[in-house]
Amino acid sequence: MSKTTDTVDKLKLNDSLGIRLRKVPSDKPFIAGLAFIFSLYILLILGMLVADANYTSFEDIGKTLQNPNIQYSVKITLLSCFIATILSIIVAVPTGYLLSRFRFPGKTALDALLDIPIILPPLVIGLSLLILFHKFYIFDTSIEEWCVIIFNKVYYLIKGVKPDFSVGVTYKVPAIILAQFSVSCAFAVRTMRNTFDQMSPRQEQVAMTLGCNRSQAFWLIAVPAAWRGIITAGALAWARALGEFGPILIFAGTTRGRTEVLSTSVFLEISIGNLEGAVAVSMIMVAIALSVLFLVRFIDGRKGGIYDIH
Amino acid sequence: MISIKNCTIQAGNFRISEINLEIPTGHYGILMGKTGSGKTTILEAVCGLRKIASGQILIDGEDVTHKRPAERNIGFLPQDIALFDHLSVYDHIAFGMRIQKWPKQEVEYRVEELAEQLQITHLLKRKPAGLSGGEKQRTAMGRALSVRPKVLCLDEPLSTLDDDTHDDVIQLIQSVTSANDITSLHITHRKSEANLLGDYFFQITDRGVIQHQKCFS
Repeated sequence: MSKTTDTVDKLKLNDSLGIRLRKVPSDKPFIAGLAFIFSLYILLILGMLVADANYTSFEDIGKTLQNPNIQYSVKITLLSCFIATILSIIVAVPTGYLLSRFRFPGKTALDALLDIPIILPPLVIGLSLLILFHKFYIFDTSIEEWCVIIFNKVYYLIKGVKPDFSVGVTYKVPAIILAQFSVSCAFAVRTMRNTFDQMSPRQEQVAMTLGCNRSQAFWLIAVPAAWRGIITAGALAWARALGEFGPILIFAGTTRGRTEVLSTSVFLEISIGNLEGAVAVSMIMVAIALSVLFLVRFIDGRKGGIYDIH
Repeated sequence: MISIKNCTIQAGNFRISEINLEIPTGHYGILMGKTGSGKTTILEAVCGLRKIASGQILIDGEDVTHKRPAERNIGFLPQDIALFDHLSVYDHIAFGMRIQKWPKQEVEYRVEELAEQLQITHLLKRKPAGLSGGEKQRTAMGRALSVRPKVLCLDEPLSTLDDDTHDDVIQLIQSVTSANDITSLHITHRKSEANLLGDYFFQITDRGVIQHQKCFS
C-alpha cells in the first residue's frame, strides 16, 4: 500500500516539475531492418555474379577474348559508350541548367517529354529511330539520305575525293552511338537537373554583380561547382549506354564484326547456342562496368553518411 | 547614393509596394523588418537580381532600374556568403577584376592591398573549405570590394558569426566602407549591430518602408 503511494507521489512530483520520463525504444531493430533490406538486394546482385562466375572460367573468358569478333565488339563498345557519354554530357549540362534556373512557357510539358526515352520500351526507341531516319522526309529526302549527302560533301571538301566506303547511319556504327545516346542522355539530363536544383543560385548571382553575364556565370561558376553531378551523370549515361540492347538491335542491327557491341554479342552467342561464350562475354561486361564505376566513385571521393554503425 | 523611388516588387504571390528609400553617398543605411517582410527582395532589386514591377532605382543619380547586375557597380555580400568552392582566396578577390579585364599588374596590386586591409594575406592560397566563419566573411568582403563598387549590399552578413568575430567584422566593415567612400545598404535583425553601423535607418512595416531619424531603440 505504502509502496504504491510512493510511486504515485513520485509520478505526481515529476508531473508537477513537467518531467515525463519514458524509456525510449532501442534504435537497433530499425537499423537491423534497414541492413536486412539492403542485404537482400546486395545478395541478389552478388548471387547473379557468383552464378555467372561459377558457370564460366578464366580459360573460357581468355578464349572468348581471343575471338576477333569479340575483340571488335569490345573496341566498338568502349568507343560508342565513350562518345555517347560525351554527347550526353554536352546536352545534359545546359539542358539541366535551363530547366533548373529558368521559367518559360510549356516548361512542364517539355520536362515531361524528356522522360519519354526512360519510359518507352527500348525496342520502341529503336523502331522510332528507324522510322525517323527512313520514313520522315525533309524536302522529299529522308534524314538518312540527308546524312549521307552532308557527309559526302564534307568529306569531299576535306579530302578532295568522294568516300570509297559505304556511308550512312542506320545499321552502321553511328546508329549504335545514336541509339545509346537517345536513352542515356535522358538519364544524364535528369541527374544534371537535380544537381543544379540542389545548388543555390547565389554564387552565380554574386558573380553577376562582379561583372559576369549569365554565360560567364554558367561556365565559370555553375559548371565547376557542379563537377560531382557531371561525373555522376556521365557514369550513369555510360552505364546505360553499355547495357543498351533493344534500340541497337533494331536501329543498328547485330552484324558480326560490324555493328556488334558487347550487349548484342551476348545475344548472338546465345542465339548460336554458345551459352559458355555468352556468360564469358557477360563477365567481360561486368569487369568493364565495375572498373569504370569504381573509378568514378574514387574520383568523386565522397563516402556519404552521418552515423557510424558499430 | 542609393535611391529607391515608389518601387513595387512582385515575386510570385508576394508583393511589396511603395518602397521609398534614400541613402546619401558614403553613408550607411540599415534595413530592418520582420522575417518574410521583403528585406532580401528589396536588396536583390537594388543588385539587379530581381525585376521590379514599377518605380525607379538610382545609384549615384544614374537610373539603373533596367540595368543588369554587372552594369550597376555594386558589391554584394549575401547571407550565405556564397564563396566559390573551386577558387582560392586570391582568385576570389581577383575574380571580378579579371572578368572586367583589369591589367594583370593592377589585379595583383589590388588583391595584395585588399588582403592586407582585410588581414587575410596569409590565406590567399587557401580554398574556402578550410576557412573559419570570420575568414570566409573577410574573403567575401574582399571579393565584393575588389572592383571598387560605389554601393555595397549586405544581407545579414554577420548572422552566423560568434560574438568576438562579429565585433571584429563590424569594425572591418566600418573602416573599409568609410575608407572607400562606399554607400551601403545592410540588412540585419540585430539592433545593436544596426546602431553601431548605421547612419540611416529604415524599417519595413505594413505601411511600407518607414525611415527612422535615429537609432533603433
